[in-house]
Amino acid sequence: MAMRPDSGEGIAGALEAAPRGSGHRSWLWQVISESRQAKVGLAVLLAFVAIAILAPWIEPFDVHTRVGPVYAPPSRAHPLGLDDGGIDMVSLLIQGGRISLIVGFAATLVAMVIGGGIGIVAGYFGGWVEVVLMRITDYFLVIPDLPLAIIVAAVWGASLTHLIFVIALLLWTTTARIVRAQVKSVRERVYVERARSLGASNARIIFRHVLPQIGPLLIANTVLTVAVAIFDETALAFLGLGDPTRITWGNIIEFAFLRTAISSGAWWAVIPPGLCVALVIMGCFWLGQAIEDALNPRLKVSYLSPRVFRLRPLPITEARPR
Amino acid sequence: MSGARTDLERAGAASSDEAPLLEVRDLVARYPVRRGIVGALTRAPRRFVRAVDGVSFSLRAGEMLALVGESGCGKTTTAHTILRLVDPVSGAIALDGRDITRLSQRRLQPLRRRMQMIYQDPYESLDPRFRVRQAIEEPMLIHGVGGNRSGRRWRIAEALARVELTPPEMYVERFPHELSGGQRQRVAIAASLVLDPDLLVADEPVSMLDVSVRAGVLKLLDRLRGVGTLGVLMITHDLSTAAHFANRIAVMYLGRIVEEGPAREVIRNPQHPYTKALLSVVPKRDPRDRSNPEILTGEPPNPTDVPPGCRFHPRCPVAQDRCRTIDPELRPAGSSGHRAACVLVGH
Amino acid sequence: MSLLEVRDLHVWFDLSDGGQLHAVQGLSFDVDTGERIGLVGESGCGKTTTVLAILGLLPPSASVAGDVRFEGESILSGGEETVQSRRWKDIAMVFQGAMNALNPVKTVEAQIIEPMELHGTAEGAAARKIAGELLEMVGIPAVAGSRYPHEFSGGMRQRAALAMALACGPKVLLADEPTTALDVMVQAQILQVLTGLARDLGLALVLVTHDLPVVAQVCERAAVMYAGEIVEVGAMEELFHAPCHPYTRLLFAATPDLYGEEDVASIPGAPPRLDREIVGCPFRERCDRAFDRCGRERPGLLPLGDGRAAACHLNDEPVDAGFRSR
Repeated sequence: MAMRPDSGEGIAGALEAAPRGSGHRSWLWQVISESRQAKVGLAVLLAFVAIAILAPWIEPFDVHTRVGPVYAPPSRAHPLGLDDGGIDMVSLLIQGGRISLIVGFAATLVAMVIGGGIGIVAGYFGGWVEVVLMRITDYFLVIPDLPLAIIVAAVWGASLTHLIFVIALLLWTTTARIVRAQVKSVRERVYVERARSLGASNARIIFRHVLPQIGPLLIANTVLTVAVAIFDETALAFLGLGDPTRITWGNIIEFAFLRTAISSGAWWAVIPPGLCVALVIMGCFWLGQAIEDALNPRLKVSYLSPRVFRLRPLPITEARPR
Repeated sequence: MSGARTDLERAGAASSDEAPLLEVRDLVARYPVRRGIVGALTRAPRRFVRAVDGVSFSLRAGEMLALVGESGCGKTTTAHTILRLVDPVSGAIALDGRDITRLSQRRLQPLRRRMQMIYQDPYESLDPRFRVRQAIEEPMLIHGVGGNRSGRRWRIAEALARVELTPPEMYVERFPHELSGGQRQRVAIAASLVLDPDLLVADEPVSMLDVSVRAGVLKLLDRLRGVGTLGVLMITHDLSTAAHFANRIAVMYLGRIVEEGPAREVIRNPQHPYTKALLSVVPKRDPRDRSNPEILTGEPPNPTDVPPGCRFHPRCPVAQDRCRTIDPELRPAGSSGHRAACVLVGH
Repeated sequence: MSLLEVRDLHVWFDLSDGGQLHAVQGLSFDVDTGERIGLVGESGCGKTTTVLAILGLLPPSASVAGDVRFEGESILSGGEETVQSRRWKDIAMVFQGAMNALNPVKTVEAQIIEPMELHGTAEGAAARKIAGELLEMVGIPAVAGSRYPHEFSGGMRQRAALAMALACGPKVLLADEPTTALDVMVQAQILQVLTGLARDLGLALVLVTHDLPVVAQVCERAAVMYAGEIVEVGAMEELFHAPCHPYTRLLFAATPDLYGEEDVASIPGAPPRLDREIVGCPFRERCDRAFDRCGRERPGLLPLGDGRAAACHLNDEPVDAGFRSR
């Protein structure tokens, strides 16, 4: 029996700057506007997305046309030089970013749907459903990434869809575990129990009460997963397991690497795509981390810690009869 | 409207001849105790928390019954079992004469409308993301009542007026965190009232509220009950509150009702030694009235291990030898409608 | 000179929106040796903040003004240094969740000995002997000290927390809602122990609670708090039988009594916001006796003789004759 009508929580509660639930949008906005880290992360991501969308209009040269000698160094016309096929690097980066982001976002979407779905079902229903689903999750968790990717590429062929599928398959488990834990705690909340006693269906409770509550966590998780997905895409493409007909940052690095860019000193063919990948991942990480920090109350200052209060002089007393 | 009603009024509510709104007979509910790996491997016998262990009572429309007891006595599980949020092992629950003990959740769904629950903590029982309007509208959407949008809007305003949150326009667009504890509890009550329930189960409805607003919420429940169509089952640990607002009081100990009767009778003329002890330790408001509390020794009851015979005998100040073997039933004691489960009463 | 003197204590909290919450607004009270005093009020009235301020346990967002004197010596003016030497040794505290704040991996005895060793009051066998005596004093057999908190029931854990608070032989015990999460039977046991300790050890007890009947049964004197200040202080019996502040009267009237026949009425309205300056009497909007002066002038705590004081304009208005009868 928890009876705490009064324990000074009125004060403590008023102090808590914890975001109160009046819709996610405003909450998310508050997190972003209060954290410089989140702002920078969001700006980086938005910049890359904008470039990817505008690619057909802003790329200076066609990516299928040779415009100069192989591995031509940076020049005024080509600020990042040319690649092994004499193609403009800036245009390649813009095009590559497009596919890399598509792969990253698509794989994340698939991972979120699978992981979120399994996490919610397992956490909400509990019992044997949870045991079975979480055991399956555990199996997926221990599948070694690379062999799986190699097998998929070998059996079904290396295509963009397969790449997305493989990455999603590798990423959904973490989401499922995080979501399940959170749903388990939300489903114990009194207002969920109340909805159940009102006769609300499970679907209604999940979509109206549980999902909105885990929303922020899901958003943070999504952003962080995008980073991992793009990293995975690059790694798989670099190992030659990506779709060789598409231009992605990973493919650019792979081709440059295979065609002796490093021994010929053509750093401009390797470092810029690598930097792009790093920047996007950092952006995701900054944003995701900021949201996660805002969600985690443990990082806030503890209440009963000594040595912290300040002394100040007595206020000038208003004329009060004593 | 006064908290202190005359005996006549109290008796009037309890002695109507209609079939009771809610009838509970020999209700038993258990939770399995986790055995752990060693227990499972050695096939240790499965143990159960006997949370509700043979509870019987009835509640009429227009009546408030207070189910009183210490934590762990099974009063909240009793409420959850009646609402079929926990499945009973045995016994029977009848709502308006209709047995609902074994109804499937699907068949139960339309009946849920008629029995509503009010939770202890209004800070927790309202979804923080729902505006007052949405919180009150949700039950109507679930049960498909209230007609169209404007019909529902009208009912929301009416429900808010019934819980004295007026003018309703001032409250409908607010979020729970913009309301005080008492106002939140009123919103929770309004969300139950929009469905026009027959039975309201209130689980410690005021224990989380500030002293200065408790009376308001309790009086509201009292007024709703006074209309005559609504029965209120109030779960509480606070005997003073029960004494003031309930028509009848049932005292629970270790999963069973040990004494039950008209509120005034139970408070002024307790028959069971447990009730007597419990009443003696309730702090009185008047500092001159420092009675000698009869503090029970021994550990608080453990419902996995109910003692044989009378379940109260290990802590009972007046236990006799026969109490170890006889498990007494509720028998008439004192005045009419007053019953107690003790070998010492009802000769 | 009293044992513990609180003089014009103010506490502010910085709010995230840049504002300030004036949680305690000029609080003064005295506690004598062996006295049991209650600090009563509703949530947000600043009673817990007061206790934390006395012990210097406020969060970084807090600032404090005023003085707290123990045996005539100012303990807040030197900041953490001066409070630290007093905390636990002279002034100890039991709070509501104390029973859930025990270290689960240390025996109860070890946890009672810890503060003794930290403050150098006792060590080794001597400390263990004291720990055993303290446990017996709060009603736990000394041998049970070698057990772990999870083997104790809630009531026993709260007693153990009490024994821990007494480890260094404090002269003042601040008990913040010590029985709020407990059942009436266990509450009665703890209150009996508290009363006994105050009597046998000459301990001054400050009982902070929202529960008037608990104070009525345990304390001789009480201070009723509202909106960060004391609105009435006096002997418990007088507060109950002849309150001098409408809030005291209405608070008693809002508390149901087991055998009381009279109507139980809630107090309309809500306490004022403490993040704004209060003009006039803070209680005036909920008061059934407010008049024009209450809106203009904030009443100070006016001594009424016999250690009584109340902050209400009715006490120096000629009309107050009929006021004190309930």
